[in-house]
Amino acid sequence: MIRAATAALLACVFTLPAAAETVAITGGRVVTMGQSGEIERGTVVVRDGRIVAVGAHVAVPPDAKIIDATGKTVTPGLVASGTALGLIEVRTVETTDDRGTSARDLSAAFDAGYGLNPDSLLIPVARLGGITRAIATPAYDDKAGRELLFAGQAAAIALDGAPMLMRRGVAMVLEMGDAGAERAGGARAAELVALRAIFAEVRDFKARRAAYDRGETRTYTLSRADLEALVPVVEGRMPLLVSVNRASDIRDVLALARSERLKLILEGASEGWRVASDIAAAGVPVLVTPVENTPASFEALGATLSNARRLGEAGVTVAIQGNGNHREREMRYNAGNAVANGLDWQAGLAAITINPARIFGLSDRIGSLDPGKDGDVVVWDGDPLDTLARPVAVLIRGAEQPMHSRATELRDRYLPTVLSPANGEKP
Amino acid sequence: MGLADKLLRGGRATTLTTTLATALIFTGGGAFAAPDAAPRDAFPSTYQAAAQPPFAIVGATVLTGTGAEIADATVLVRDGSVEAVGAKLPVPEGYVEIDGRGKWVTPGIIDAHSHLGVYPSPATPSHEDGNEAVAPNTAEVWAEHSVWPQDPKFRLARAGGVTSLMILPGSANLFGGRSVTLKNVPAVTTQGMKFPHAPYGLKMACGENPKRVYGSKGRSPATRMGNVAGYRKAWIDAADYARKWDKWEKDGRAGDPPKRDLQLETLAGVLNGEILVQNHCYRADEMAVMIDVAREFGYKIRAFHHANEAFKIAPLLAKEDICVATWANSWGAKMESLDGIEETAPMIDAAGGCAIIHSDDGLLIQRLNQEAGIAMTAANHAGLSISRGEAIKWITANPAKAMGIADRVGTLEPGKMADVVLWSANPFSVYALADRVWIDGVPMWDRSDPRYQAPSDFLLGQPGQEFAR
Repeated sequence: MIRAATAALLACVFTLPAAAETVAITGGRVVTMGQSGEIERGTVVVRDGRIVAVGAHVAVPPDAKIIDATGKTVTPGLVASGTALGLIEVRTVETTDDRGTSARDLSAAFDAGYGLNPDSLLIPVARLGGITRAIATPAYDDKAGRELLFAGQAAAIALDGAPMLMRRGVAMVLEMGDAGAERAGGARAAELVALRAIFAEVRDFKARRAAYDRGETRTYTLSRADLEALVPVVEGRMPLLVSVNRASDIRDVLALARSERLKLILEGASEGWRVASDIAAAGVPVLVTPVENTPASFEALGATLSNARRLGEAGVTVAIQGNGNHREREMRYNAGNAVANGLDWQAGLAAITINPARIFGLSDRIGSLDPGKDGDVVVWDGDPLDTLARPVAVLIRGAEQPMHSRATELRDRYLPTVLSPANGEKP
Repeated sequence: MGLADKLLRGGRATTLTTTLATALIFTGGGAFAAPDAAPRDAFPSTYQAAAQPPFAIVGATVLTGTGAEIADATVLVRDGSVEAVGAKLPVPEGYVEIDGRGKWVTPGIIDAHSHLGVYPSPATPSHEDGNEAVAPNTAEVWAEHSVWPQDPKFRLARAGGVTSLMILPGSANLFGGRSVTLKNVPAVTTQGMKFPHAPYGLKMACGENPKRVYGSKGRSPATRMGNVAGYRKAWIDAADYARKWDKWEKDGRAGDPPKRDLQLETLAGVLNGEILVQNHCYRADEMAVMIDVAREFGYKIRAFHHANEAFKIAPLLAKEDICVATWANSWGAKMESLDGIEETAPMIDAAGGCAIIHSDDGLLIQRLNQEAGIAMTAANHAGLSISRGEAIKWITANPAKAMGIADRVGTLEPGKMADVVLWSANPFSVYALADRVWIDGVPMWDRSDPRYQAPSDFLLGQPGQEFAR
């Protein structure tokens, strides 16, 4: 009791979610994506926000609230990468769009971990798609001819309505290929040369900070804040998340990362399957949107629904993304489509749970149902990757989340008019 | 009387109820016989289905598009048409037998809102030809004159079971121009894809797009009231134009006919019921205004497109017999789409209306079956009771109705064109793939046979095409 009270007090002080209670999810098919593998009929116990037990023969604590998952599937909470969650409300309402900046002196230092909005209407909608965590990822705002190369730093967030920030600076975002080339002056070579020059500057700055502050170094092209933000990138501590599609561009990025000793994550990678063995050999993970199979640009002529499968078969760690902004809830269907096109089902679920957690350095806290991790659990009434299934319970940091959104409230307001249309316009 | 006219008799009867419309009705099939008048079929379809031996799909679960789900069914196809569908029908001699056990059959998927060909891949200004965004009224443009038949997305849509689709101009303008309905067959020319004798549609747009595009240029419309004034001015001109032609007809075609005006010709075609209004409109209140505008000028709105708020006025839309073409997943990009919900189509359906799931997108068009599955599942989760037999109509029979081709496609009733999809699994599931697709009984896609997977000319010799094998 004392422990519970203390936890509740802490929850108030730090406005953490109410996670003091113990919850046991019983009788479901538990797909842990962790050390326990898949359990035909298992129990997951969550206490004080953390998973404390997972298994087929776990004793249910007497004080536990029970969620009966008999006949249902239990998975880790889904992790969405490359999202605008927390950063956007209505795309055409500029005051609600904080994905990027058009400031001419802020690039790598832009940090999506600031200014997050946990009250965003997008959050409950994504949550009803089983998403419990996301990578809030900066986008470019190229107004007025801004040509700065880096979009800024991504942040890991939690979707339980509490202060969202889980970890800032989980990746540095950069576009290469068509868009990057345009920003660098209209040619791929321009961006590759500019990047090498920037990394050299950052290393120079890092070695001579004091001299810089005394004004005794040469003039750098980047601001102090941007230089500082790139130090962990050149040290290989913060991954460089590069949007890139064309096979040759991917090879160029891999070569750049090798020579500059950068830690790399690829995003998009429409033609990744064509250089899958190179990507695998470099140990570089890839974020893909498997349904993006149109030759939408000249850098994506080889786009195919089989990309995720081929990358996986080559040994690449693959995470699957949703459809952006308001459509992140479709992420699980994207994984399902990858599976329909040959990706192994377990690999499909891994691509939206443990893999993104690992890629962004969060697997100590999330991504699988292992004791000690945060209590992010989803109960599904069917196959989580299928259009025919819905989540029936979502827990984040051990707290049961409301299973409604503004959209379901709108639906419920007007549902009676549909059931008895003779009754007029509105209930 | 042309086929298009026959299809539209219902719509025309309704317009006849207003006195104004009565004055606008063209006098008959020969109205455009004079050399200066609009030809009936200026860019005629050259599409012809190749002859095929009769075949039978045996043992599949069939969703007919009429509401029925038939287990262990036989589908008989002969001379490009559906001959019969029923449980365990005997297969006549001479029919090629296709094993459908464990699989599903539906009518060909129909997309009532596509920009394939007018916004082709790869995206480049060189062939982005979907929005004549230079004036708020461009009713004179025809989407078929922008379609690039080499758009690789036609093939991808075919792999998703899409057999017919309506290509619309964009939504920058109050009047965007004429739509064209295509059969999703590979062809060198757009005429080679045109759905024979399908009626034209007129793309209209409400709301944020026209007022943003023209308001930002310092001209009208800059507001929603500007939008509505723009529609009404145009319909007044169209009514005047129609009256002149009508008078010339009534006077026994004496003297020179009035000079043709491409813009007014299309608008007059709406007023006389030949051209179907396809109205981009998100908000419930704006849809209600558009219904009043249509009433003022005596035309019918065939379908509201996108229509995120249609669920708020579902009984009204059912009463007006206006279809609603929408999504399950898209919402929130604009203020006018903020109230989008997953259950719009099923709620329209439950109110007795004509619900459609459309794509407006080159990715979604490949998975309209899944989008319908998401809407159906969400609705049943919310307490509605939508069967698979009903939900399949959202992407078959109902878009056929909105496009004015329901007498020929959209269901597997005997006599209909044999546009058929054989699915690997329950078509509403994410795991369902179109194993085979027939258009007019001709095999057009086969997931296991490269002969039916040919990419468009554009992709020949391009890098990264090995995956097709």
